[in-house]
Amino acid sequence: MNNKIIFYGLIVAFGLVVPFLFPAFKLQISIMLILIILSLTWDVQGGQMGYNTFGNILFFGLGMYICSSFQIGLFFPLAEWTASGGEKTFVHTPTQFFQGFAVGLVLSGIIPALVAALIGYGILGLRGHYFAICTLGLGIAAGELAGGIELVGAGQGMTSPPWPKGIGDTELRSEFFYYICFTLMVCTFLFLRWAYTTRFGLVLNAIRDNEDKAEAMGINTMRYKITGWVVSAFFVGMAGGLMGNMIGYIEPVETAFAGRTFGVFMVLMAILGGKGTLWGPVIGAVAFHIFKEGFWIFFLGWQYVALGALIVIVVIFFPEGIMGWFREKYPERFGEVIDEEDRKAEVKLN
Amino acid sequence: MTSILAVDQVYKYFGGVKANENISLNVEQGSIVGLIGPNGSGKTTLFNSIVGTHPIDKGSIQFDGKEVSTLPVPAVAKLGLLRTFQQTRIYSKLNCIDNMLISAKPPKDNLFSVFTKIPLELNEKAEILLEFVGLYQKRKIRAGELSFGQQKLLELSMALMNEPKMLLLDEPTAGINPTLINGIIDRLIKVNKDFGITLLVIEHNMRVIMQLAQQIFCLAHGQLIANGTPDEIKNDQRVIDAYLGAQ
Repeated sequence: MNNKIIFYGLIVAFGLVVPFLFPAFKLQISIMLILIILSLTWDVQGGQMGYNTFGNILFFGLGMYICSSFQIGLFFPLAEWTASGGEKTFVHTPTQFFQGFAVGLVLSGIIPALVAALIGYGILGLRGHYFAICTLGLGIAAGELAGGIELVGAGQGMTSPPWPKGIGDTELRSEFFYYICFTLMVCTFLFLRWAYTTRFGLVLNAIRDNEDKAEAMGINTMRYKITGWVVSAFFVGMAGGLMGNMIGYIEPVETAFAGRTFGVFMVLMAILGGKGTLWGPVIGAVAFHIFKEGFWIFFLGWQYVALGALIVIVVIFFPEGIMGWFREKYPERFGEVIDEEDRKAEVKLN
Repeated sequence: MTSILAVDQVYKYFGGVKANENISLNVEQGSIVGLIGPNGSGKTTLFNSIVGTHPIDKGSIQFDGKEVSTLPVPAVAKLGLLRTFQQTRIYSKLNCIDNMLISAKPPKDNLFSVFTKIPLELNEKAEILLEFVGLYQKRKIRAGELSFGQQKLLELSMALMNEPKMLLLDEPTAGINPTLINGIIDRLIKVNKDFGITLLVIEHNMRVIMQLAQQIFCLAHGQLIANGTPDEIKNDQRVIDAYLGAQ
């Protein structure tokens, strides 16, 4: 128990000093933290519950648009901002910027969560491949829809509010977003860590292993499936809101509803790290980000080929992911101590 | 004696297949009732109809005085009517204890109880029930690693964990080592006597069902062809014809 507290304490302490240790990589590491959130929340469905979703990217993009729209719309006419170069005409004062950011970020969690509840009620009755294909459509449809809404810049996209003038430079900006990302990542992790120790975690596993049985035992599985998706959407939406602010520009298909990149990455990271474990998605996201950036630097032009090769290798040699592999190798580390005699014991009924 | 389960003129068709036709049967509270019949005679279909897996075409099913034929599966289970499966269904990647814990009825069941802790004292209850079916030593092993027969025993103990009023058992001794069968009969009688759970049992093993049941219903071709005490059923010409073929 004490060891665990020290371990977590060290991680948090390390996280707090990272911007000063690696000042040149602040933005990169912030994006890595976002990736960790994406893979942790994807694992709620894909790992713990056994529902492979490609639709979580919907909440990412939604959060991105919602956060920026409110940040702008609270103080200026949104339509004029998005029409052309509004960020040059309208300038946020620091107070306006931070107020807008706070409101926008909270709403970018809440609204996607509500959307998840509504959509989930409709489609979480689907199972297996049918669910996966259906959610694949969600992300694509959302991208196309966003590309048609003039208010948020249609296909051209929109800029998110730039960092207000007069308080610090771009360094301070990256530090600010880094710490928000870090806080959100820690909150996501701790929430899920706690949630998996409750009935919620056990029921998700039961749904993964045999949903019909869970229903036959009187468990209202729909309630748990929807709750799980709402939780994911909440954190993914907030991550999207943050991401939109960090990159400064929102494009419907490439950055917001980016099924081809982030939408696939979140699945890969969780699988790489180990589906259905708490730490797997975290380790997977970190490893994936390092590999990805390395490929972009050393194999430029072939980066997607290298990434593809990595995926093939992982799926063939580590189908259970990094944590899954450790779990098979050292089950005692995961609290699975089984006496060999017990395993071989005959069942007797007298 | 009051009847706990009343199936009244139930019809279930799958397209042109008449799986259940005009089935009526009563199960009295606290009794052990058998349901027999050749393969494909509609026994499991009747179970599925009772617990709400699929809607019935005609008729009514009352459990404990409530009409259940229109309720979804979890709602029927919550009323205290559970079933086990012919092909075992367990949570294969969870260990036996977790399988048991998740089967317990939560004290409160609403939107806010999603994130409640599993009470610690359930562990003890789970271990006692695993001991009851002889699986105590296997408690930390993943359920998927158990043999088929052991999984059947686990399923039984999971059902008991839920404290149902009535259990529908679909072939509780199929695939189980013959040396254990007497033990199972003994356990099922204890479940009935000591836990006060009414049992409706599908069984192909005649020795088992004749020892166990006080009353037996026999289905053939989707129709109820006989009912009575084990002795009456044994000597009923229609039952013998259904199993061995009539001249």
